[in-house]
Amino acid sequence: MASELSFVRDKMLPPSAPPVREAGAVKWLRENLFSGPFNTTLTILGIVVIYMIISASLPWWLNSVWNAGSLAECRDIVIASAGEGATGACWAMIRERWHQFIFGFYPPDQYWRPVLAFGLLVAALAPVLFAGQKKNMSIILGVVAVFLVVTLGLAGAPVGAWIATLGLLGGMLALAQVQPGKLLWFTALFPALCFWLLWGGSVWVPIVALMGFAVMGVAYTALVARLGPTGSALIAVFLALLWWLFIDVPLTQVIDGMMPWGLVSVDSDQFGGFLLAITIGVTAITFSLPIGILLALGRQSDMLIVKTLCVGFIEFIRGVPLITLLFTASLLLQYFLPPNTNFDIILRVIILVTLFAAAYLAEVIRGGLAALPSGQYEAADALGLDYWRAQRLIILPQALKISIPSIVSTFIGLFKDTTLVAFVGLMDPLKGVTQIVRADINWKGIYWEPYIFVGAIFFVICFGMSRYSMHLERKLKTDHR
Amino acid sequence: MNKSVFLGVVAATTMVAGVASAQATLEAVKARGELICGSNTGLTGFGAPDASGNWVGFDVDLCRAVAAAIFGDPTKVKFVPTTGETRFTALQSGEVDVLVRNSTWTVSRDSELALDFVAVNYYDGQGFMVKKDLGVSSAKELDGATVCIQTGTTTELNLADFFKQNNISYQPVTVADDSEAQRQYLAGACDAYTTDASGLAASRATMPDAENHIILPEIISKEPLGPVVRHGDNNWGDIVRWTYYALLIAEEKGITKANIEEVATSSTDEEVKRLLGVSGEMGAKLGLDNAAFKNAIAAVGNYGEIFSANIGEGTAINLARGLNALWTQGGLQYAPAFR
Repeated sequence: MASELSFVRDKMLPPSAPPVREAGAVKWLRENLFSGPFNTTLTILGIVVIYMIISASLPWWLNSVWNAGSLAECRDIVIASAGEGATGACWAMIRERWHQFIFGFYPPDQYWRPVLAFGLLVAALAPVLFAGQKKNMSIILGVVAVFLVVTLGLAGAPVGAWIATLGLLGGMLALAQVQPGKLLWFTALFPALCFWLLWGGSVWVPIVALMGFAVMGVAYTALVARLGPTGSALIAVFLALLWWLFIDVPLTQVIDGMMPWGLVSVDSDQFGGFLLAITIGVTAITFSLPIGILLALGRQSDMLIVKTLCVGFIEFIRGVPLITLLFTASLLLQYFLPPNTNFDIILRVIILVTLFAAAYLAEVIRGGLAALPSGQYEAADALGLDYWRAQRLIILPQALKISIPSIVSTFIGLFKDTTLVAFVGLMDPLKGVTQIVRADINWKGIYWEPYIFVGAIFFVICFGMSRYSMHLERKLKTDHR
Repeated sequence: MNKSVFLGVVAATTMVAGVASAQATLEAVKARGELICGSNTGLTGFGAPDASGNWVGFDVDLCRAVAAAIFGDPTKVKFVPTTGETRFTALQSGEVDVLVRNSTWTVSRDSELALDFVAVNYYDGQGFMVKKDLGVSSAKELDGATVCIQTGTTTELNLADFFKQNNISYQPVTVADDSEAQRQYLAGACDAYTTDASGLAASRATMPDAENHIILPEIISKEPLGPVVRHGDNNWGDIVRWTYYALLIAEEKGITKANIEEVATSSTDEEVKRLLGVSGEMGAKLGLDNAAFKNAIAAVGNYGEIFSANIGEGTAINLARGLNALWTQGGLQYAPAFR
């Protein structure tokens, strides 16, 4: 009987390949590019546009010239190699002037200082950006160490600075393995170190200024038990102000007279290019976040004066264009200061850019605060936490997490806005340095190359910030959407 | 009411600040140890930093001459780049001591802005550049042409005036700055490009096909460019003015950077002796060293030397002296008597 059933298979047929149009590249193309007459038309139009852009610009890129003394020489080389009428990029300009795009007029024999400051900036940011992630932190510190070993060598840094840097980074790397939290101390001290590296001068200036914070800390801890946090904080700030106003300068002079250690001082007007953009951007970003948080909390406050001041400040700053504030910093402030005072223009610009960003951040963070269900506030109260503890432990961590994308957007916008300082005569990379390069008769008439070079560096930095914010969002994701 | 009170207070503060700084510019400069000179953010031939960051150019050399007259050292000068918008305010507010930044001398700047133009170191004028194959030989033939013009400058107003007076029409193509104008013009977005004649010459010199472009003979405006100081400190204005005139007299008398020492010891010309501080007390009368003008000339050379080193014939910009020749050679550069 069973032998009659010869047509019954006793094993599975191997699966046959799917039809061509339902698999692989063809399927993908059909589904994504040619799924209907409308999409097909769009795809073809898109391909035509891309082809036109590439065919117009590709020869320009391929004919790039890297070695020439002037734009005319570049043109001759392009014509000699690619024939009459050909165009080509003249990157020789970047080769000759890159240092001005990066450092402005910073003295060339001191280039190692901004390089070192930049490397240490990344090292100082690592404990903040990757708190509790030992592996990431170690990778960053290692990369910074390698970067600094190479670049400090290229920039001709003194051997002492080299050894000190390696020692510092080695120590940080070791500390990151055992007590990563302690690295935040380096982050806290970094602004003073960075200031000293960039502007130079006596080493005692930042040290004595930092001692003001020590005074503040000691006064606060001594008084907090007796006067409570608010009163002791006020007195501590008052004492620190006294220190900075009356003791700081004479003390610095006395110590400097005894031990005149320091670096060659560099004037603010020698800053330019990306050194200027990063100095303004990073300082403004660092200080605008805490100010923005305080303003956002102030705006939600029940205290009438605090609330009015915060609302007035935020609405005023947001109502005025940044360029107006920059002109105020550059021109108007000078009228109200005594004649012949020299209030550093970069400092003036940094202060106003910081206030500008702080007002925007305040609104962003207020959005985060508003998004929290009121149950969170009530729960914090029910736990018996005081206002600052409730904010620090319950409210802000959640509100800031919600606001991360907007905060980073504000930071990116702020960093790109630093190019606006060109309008007050500072040498920003995009307009300021480009203009002086074009004023050189050798490079007059060059158009796309400086924009492309500066744009590429801006893109790298802003894209980095954006990727970090996405990483942070993934890491802090606690809900299950 | 409140607004006017506020403005009054601002004005009063400004005046007080202005009076306090008047008469004291020279002392302030000496105490500071360097001259602060408002300069361009980069203008070919007139003022820009080179690859190693040293400022060079026609206007820059005048600043160096003033520094040399005050300190005997042309390097004791700091250049502060100022934009078209910030330049006069920077001068008024005391951020710079003197502005040498190809600024046109006009009556409103003299009166309304309370500035003093102390001399004219370059007589410029607005001109036109066109492509040769347009077949135009005079600006009056530009009827219906598209013209590239920088916005917000006096050149825009001059252009409108010129075309209106000659009853012809034009189509303006506004651009933001010189490099964009050059790019638009070369790309064919406009038939003609107008700006100061010196700027046109510099642009033309760097074009890939300079021989295909001509600068039309018409100069449609007067653009006397010169150093500017604040109202209220006449001695300071005199120092800048006479430093400039010293450079002119030096050219007139044939004193150059190279032969100045020899001339100072051997010259019998009384005016030359006074200029170089060999006789008389001319420098001292201005509150300077007696050899101040000698130092200025020794530092940067005479006017002709500065001109030919930065913008004159033989340089890439290749400007003819034209109106800027000495009065003895048919130009307008004329220095008053040095006595």
